[in-house]
Amino acid sequence: MFYIYCPYCEEHREEEEFHAAGEAHIPRPLDPDACTDEEWGEYLFFRTNPRGLHHELWVHGVGCRKYFNITRDTQTYEIKETYKIGTKPQFTRAEENA
Amino acid sequence: MSNTTTQTDATDTSQNIVQMNQIPADASVRAESPLYHADLKTVAEQGTQDAGIVLQELALLDHLVLRGSVDNAAFTTGVESALGMVLPANLQSAEHEGRVIRWISPDEWLVTTAGGMGFELEQQLREAMGETHFAIVNVSGGQTVITVEGADAEEMLKKCTPYDIHISHMPVGKVVTSLFGKSQAVIRRTGEQGFELVIRRSFADYCWLWLQDASGEFGFSVKES
Ligand SMILES: [Zn+2]
Repeated sequence: MFYIYCPYCEEHREEEEFHAAGEAHIPRPLDPDACTDEEWGEYLFFRTNPRGLHHELWVHGVGCRKYFNITRDTQTYEIKETYKIGTKPQFTRAEENA
Repeated sequence: MSNTTTQTDATDTSQNIVQMNQIPADASVRAESPLYHADLKTVAEQGTQDAGIVLQELALLDHLVLRGSVDNAAFTTGVESALGMVLPANLQSAEHEGRVIRWISPDEWLVTTAGGMGFELEQQLREAMGETHFAIVNVSGGQTVITVEGADAEEMLKKCTPYDIHISHMPVGKVVTSLFGKSQAVIRRTGEQGFELVIRRSFADYCWLWLQDASGEFGFSVKES
């Protein structure tokens, strides 16, 4: 059994209830019409692929159906934390704080 | 380009809400539960009566999905006055005068009431909450309720869901949405030996066949609803 803590249900739940939904914290440009093709392409298609800590968007699909964030280590697969949308991670890569 | 952006008129949105009683005034229209085809009445007559598991469909209840913010006092007090019970917190449920309210999500609850009473309850809720921000959707046609009771109910359900349903982890009144077979269900403990499942219409046949299969080794009977 592999459990993930849902910050909305506030308990650990079976991993089968969850789905990954890509990288977290990607802000939509405030004025898309003002974007260059490069800026828009960057927003739409390009994602980081770090070795180590990665912030990801997950959804408790068979459960409360809420989206939330996970900080996960891509090398060890260890989940460092799960946190609600609109809050900040406790665990970050060194370059994220630079 | 930016002047093509349209703004919806936010004034007096309450006038735009369409309220409709889904039950037709003409009583000749026959209502069929999602398990109508399974002919549970005949199954109930054939079965044994001292089985370890007793299954019953609570057919044709009215189901309302209720959404709003717990930080909004007008919403929480409105629900409380219309239902006569406080909105249950995370993974909890409450029962009052035949109505059950189940926590589904931090801003979503499922209310069930006697068949035919849903529209009246919806109107009472709308009246009690007034102009505040909330949503009510009648989903009665989309799902049904099955109760699973008896000495072997818990043992059987352990085969159906990965959720830990032991009473120390899932006491009476706790409710979770989790996997059920290859489908999903809203699972609530109603007693030491009693559970209730809310299942989707499109998966009702599958869940029913799954339940019969899973109950086979214990012996089960079906109670007429
Ligand atoms: Zn959840």
